[in-house]
Parts: sequence; C-alpha cells; structure tokens
Amino acid sequence: MTPRPEAGPDRPYVPPVLQVEDLRVYYHTLRGPVRAVDGVSFSMPPGERLGLVGESGSGKSTIALSLMRMIKPPGRIEGGRVILDGVDLLALSEEQMRRTRLADIALVAQGAMNSLNPVKRVRDQIADALASHGGVTASQNGRVRARDPRDVVPDLLQRVGLRPSVAGMFPHQLSGGMKQRVVIAITISLQPKVIVADEPTSALDVVVQRQIMETLRAVQEEIGAAVILIGHDMGLMAQFVHRLGVMYAGELIELSDVLAIFDEPLHPYTQLLIASLPSLERKGVFQGIPGLPPSLLAKPTGCPFRSRCPSAMSVCTTVAPTLREVRPLRWVSCHLYEESGDRRQETGAEWQDQQAVGGYQPAASG
Amino acid sequence: MASNAAPPILEMRHVTKAFGGGLFDRAQVVALADFSLTIADAPPSITAIVGESGSGKTTLARLLLGLVEPTSGEVLFDGVDVQKLNRQGWKEYLRQVQVIFQDPYEVYNPFYKVDQVLETPVRKFKLAPSRARERDLIEETLQAVGLRPEETLGRYPHQLSGGQRQRVMVARALIVRPRIIIADEPVSMVDASLRATILASLVKLNREFGISLVYITHDLTTAYQVGENIVVLYRGTVAEAGSVEQVVREPRHPYTQLLVGSVPRADPRHPWQGERDASGEAARANARSCAFADRCPKTMPICIEQHPPLFQTDPDRVVACYLNREAPVIGGEELSKVFVQAASPA
Repeated sequence: MTPRPEAGPDRPYVPPVLQVEDLRVYYHTLRGPVRAVDGVSFSMPPGERLGLVGESGSGKSTIALSLMRMIKPPGRIEGGRVILDGVDLLALSEEQMRRTRLADIALVAQGAMNSLNPVKRVRDQIADALASHGGVTASQNGRVRARDPRDVVPDLLQRVGLRPSVAGMFPHQLSGGMKQRVVIAITISLQPKVIVADEPTSALDVVVQRQIMETLRAVQEEIGAAVILIGHDMGLMAQFVHRLGVMYAGELIELSDVLAIFDEPLHPYTQLLIASLPSLERKGVFQGIPGLPPSLLAKPTGCPFRSRCPSAMSVCTTVAPTLREVRPLRWVSCHLYEESGDRRQETGAEWQDQQAVGGYQPAASG
Repeated sequence: MASNAAPPILEMRHVTKAFGGGLFDRAQVVALADFSLTIADAPPSITAIVGESGSGKTTLARLLLGLVEPTSGEVLFDGVDVQKLNRQGWKEYLRQVQVIFQDPYEVYNPFYKVDQVLETPVRKFKLAPSRARERDLIEETLQAVGLRPEETLGRYPHQLSGGQRQRVMVARALIVRPRIIIADEPVSMVDASLRATILASLVKLNREFGISLVYITHDLTTAYQVGENIVVLYRGTVAEAGSVEQVVREPRHPYTQLLVGSVPRADPRHPWQGERDASGEAARANARSCAFADRCPKTMPICIEQHPPLFQTDPDRVVACYLNREAPVIGGEELSKVFVQAASPA
C-alpha cells in the first residue's frame, strides 16, 4: 500500500529515490507512548518536490528528524523502513548513517540559520561540512574527485545567490536571509539526493521567504535532488511543491498532486483547512475548524478526525481508514471514498492509462 | 471624514523613537520616524499596521502602551500625554486600553490556573460585587470569545491548546470592557485552523462590543481580512496607508507592491508574481533618502535627495512615493483623515 507512481504505458517506471514504509515514531513519556508518527508511507521519484503540511503536533517535524535518523530519546523509531536509493537507512550503523547525512540526504532544519557557528567565517563552516565527509565532491560532469573544499566555496555561494566576498564574513554580519542561503549552500555542497526542508523560512519576512524558496527551487533543480518541504503554510506549499501530503494526528490522511488538492480536496479535514485560509482576493467570513486534534497518548479508535468531522459516519468510530488510491494518483484515508461504488470497481482497468494525468513525472532516465 | 469633536481615544503626534545614540553607542537606530495616527472614539474602527521585522511595528505598539517613551512627539490618551498621566488617569488608561500579545504561553504564570488571569482584572477594577457575579462575568466573557467555561476554567495553561490560550487572552482583554485593544501579532503562533477562530472573535469584539482595534501584524493577508484601514510601515516610516481595499488590492507604493506580490497565495495556479527585490545596493541612499530607495526598482534622483512626503492619490489613500508627486501633499498628522469609516457589518 505504498503510494507511489507506478509505471504506465506512457510512463516508464522510475525507481523512487526515497520510500518510506509504515514509519512509526513514538515518544515515550511517563504517561505512555505518544504516537507522533503512526504508520506513514509515501515515496518520491527523483527530483520531486513533496510537501508535508500539518498543524503543530501532527508529526511533520518528527518525520523530518526520523528521515535523518536524528530522533533523540525519549523518542524512538518503532518500526517501518526508510529506503534511500535502495538502502534502508534504519538498518545502517551509526557511522554509516553519519556519512549518509549531508552526502545523500540533507536537512535544512527549522531555524537552521541560527545554528551557524558565530565565531567561524562562512568559508570555514562550509569547508568543515565538506571535510567531515572526506572533502570529496562530485564535479559537474558526474565524475567524483577530491577537491580542496576552499575551491568549491565561491561556486557554492554563487549558486545560492551570494557574492563570493560573503565567504570571509561571520554570521553576525549577515542578514537572516543571507544566513539561510549559507545553510542551503552547505546543504547542497555534497549534492544530496534528498533535501529535507523543515520550515526553512519560518522566521523570515515574506519578501525574503520568496527569495529563499526560489533559490532552493533553483539549486534543487540544478542538482536533481528531491525535496521534502515540511510546514504549516498552505500558501507556501501551493507555490513550491508538486505533490502535497496532509498530516493529521501522526497520520498521512491525503496525498495528491498539489493542483488536484487545491481544486478538489477529498478528505474533510483538507476541505476545512483550505476553506479556513484567508485570501487576498476576497474578504470573507472567518471559518475555523471547530474542536481539537486528539491526544496522541490515547488515540481514539477509528478515524482520528472523526470528532471534528462534519461527515462522520458510524463506521468512523470503529474502523480506522487506511490511505488508499481512490482515484488515479489521489490517495486519501477516509471512509467516504470506500466501497461506495466510487468509480473504483468500474475503472480499475483504465487506471493504468490515466497514470500520466496530473502529478509530477520525473524525466525518464536514458 | 474628520473625527468628531470628542478627543480621540489614542493619538500619536509626530512620534519619533530612536534607540542608541548614547554615550557609548554612537550608532542611532530610528525605529519610528515622525509617525502620526489617530484612533477616534467613535465609530469603533479596526486599523491594521503591517510591516516586516525592523519596520517599527512593535515599537509602535510599545509606544501606544506607554511602555517606551517617545524620543520626540507625544502619545495622547483622551487628549492627555500618556507619559504625563496622573495616578487616576493611568488607572483609567490601564482599563480602557488593553493588549493582546503574540505568544499565548509566555503571558501565563504556569503555577496558576487560567482563572487567575480573568479574576485579577475583575478584582482590580472592582467589576463584580460578589464572587458569584464574578463567576458569571467570567463565564459570559469566555462564551463571548467562543470558549466553553466548563472546558476552560480550573485548568492550568499547559492543559489548553495554543488557540484556547490565546482566546482566554482575548477574554481577559474583553472582560474590563475597554475602548480599544492593541493586538500585536495575536495569531502568528497559532495553527491555521484555529487562526480564523481567533480573528473572528477579535472582529466580534469590534462589531458587538464597539471596541476599536489596532491589529499589528507582518501578515498582509490577515490584515486585509480583519482591517478596514491599513498602515504599511517600512523601516519606521509610512510607505502607504488608507482603506484596506485600495492599499492591498491596488497597491501604489513599490514596497507594498513587492509585499503583495511576495505573499504565497494558497493557490497553485496563482504563482508568485511581480518584481522581486531589486536589491539595488549601488543606489547612493543616505539618511535623508526614501527608506526604500536602496531596494526600489524605480528609484529616481529625487528619492535619494529626500524622503517623500505623503501624497494623497485617492480620497482614502496616501502614498509616500515620488511616483505619485502629481497628487496633493498632506501632512503626516493628517494621515488618519483618509481612513474610511466602519462599514456596516456584513
């Protein structure tokens, strides 16, 4: 049941660069385990930009940390697989994982710009990152050879839109936006296959936010990395991602092409979330979502959203819905779309042909 | 559309606030420069103040609250300088002017139940003759902001969600029935699904209880949704001000245009548009120049020479930009005269 784009007639099968299968992460407290991430599965083709959106406590940042295997006690990855380019990250040794971080999967953490070393020049911070991975970097034509990290610094800075002179500066001499560009330069320094960006612009103004996101998009496309953007801002998601996953109470409840989600959200939570967004186009009535998410300590049976759901049925109390593809490339975890003759049976055979409709399609290799 | 004879509740007259510039720290930062704003007593209004970090919007809030003293100019409450209020006047001010801060967690004492933040003002201002009446008043007020008293009272702050905590703060401001509430980024730490609820309760205070609102934010979208009039601040100066429909829908100042164009619309078919930051660092901007000259894509020689005055381009809008120099100039103290009055509730 892993949502992933399948091969179709018009669409050669491209193996996913990242596959997350049934990931479960719990925080162990005195009052019992808090199920922060509770069985999340998704996969990404190379070069895709995938958004994970959710409210605080929905588990989105925990996913970011578990992909990097940076969950600290009392948190623990309880199960599942994180397969990066065929390798299960959860099965690696600590040292193997250390070498994988940054080189293959890199994180732009929340408030990362404040994690730069205040007493080191930008040049040395980038060199540090490279040196800890053997100072090896891939050259443009794909051959890998050792280079002096200092040769790469001006090139990296230029790619994120900074002047070469920034290399000699200290973090306090840079604005928030410039610092975040330095962080992105470090992130792409080893050309990772996947970049995890956890609220990369949360402390920045909208003008700078746009510049940073456009920079991230440019470098991501240049090196062909896939990006997981984690955040709560639906606007930013709409502007940046190809595909959007909606998190609720530790679960992925909807996953679709971003245009399809905004045009026609399927899950009642997504529908209410989109309806609650203030717009610059028209002044409207404020419509929030009544109620609160359930406690992750004692999750209710059935659907986690049922207590707030306007369409809740009796089955929602007893049976937990699972994420399934209810329409081509549209995954949703909701009983409304199950077994109702909802085009599922009739069109089964045609699905394969429609795979090419919507969604992000990576360029076929070769 | 000038205000009536009654003095405004709050008025800022040519207020400048500079930090630094003392004996040890020569570099002076002007957080707010020659700023005037009038909040009339009636009809109740909602004024949005929008700016990014460093625009002076928080300094403006602190000046209105009497927490910092202006370097020059005055902040007046009912016609009296806030810095010179006597004991009685200050007590009146503390009741009539309420504030809601950004972080709904930090304002609580974690050792007290949330009841305490509601009981304190009731007792301090002797709003209820008995404990029973006090309880009634608190429960009524909680219901007015959409909270269920039985789910709220008797709990500790950490037992409430961020949205509930912030609504208790709205209730705390409401309970003394002030004439004006200053809300400084009240929803920026609250989740999207709850944000709408809090903004709705703020608008309700204005419509149903006749309380004026100064809504300070970095978020143009909620400012548009909540406000009737808007002031766009840039580095301590007014870039553009007037009716929210005009300023946000058809911005004239290049900075407002940049801001509006940078808002990530929740619509994948409406990508980021307009010019990006010009970052014309080469511009020889100096202290006298337009504050936006070094980033403006349309900088002219005059923008470098002097900061533009307010040009009244429309009946209900002013723009501080020489691109509009055909329009009549108005003084900063007349800023609020272009504000539209409250529309009847929809």
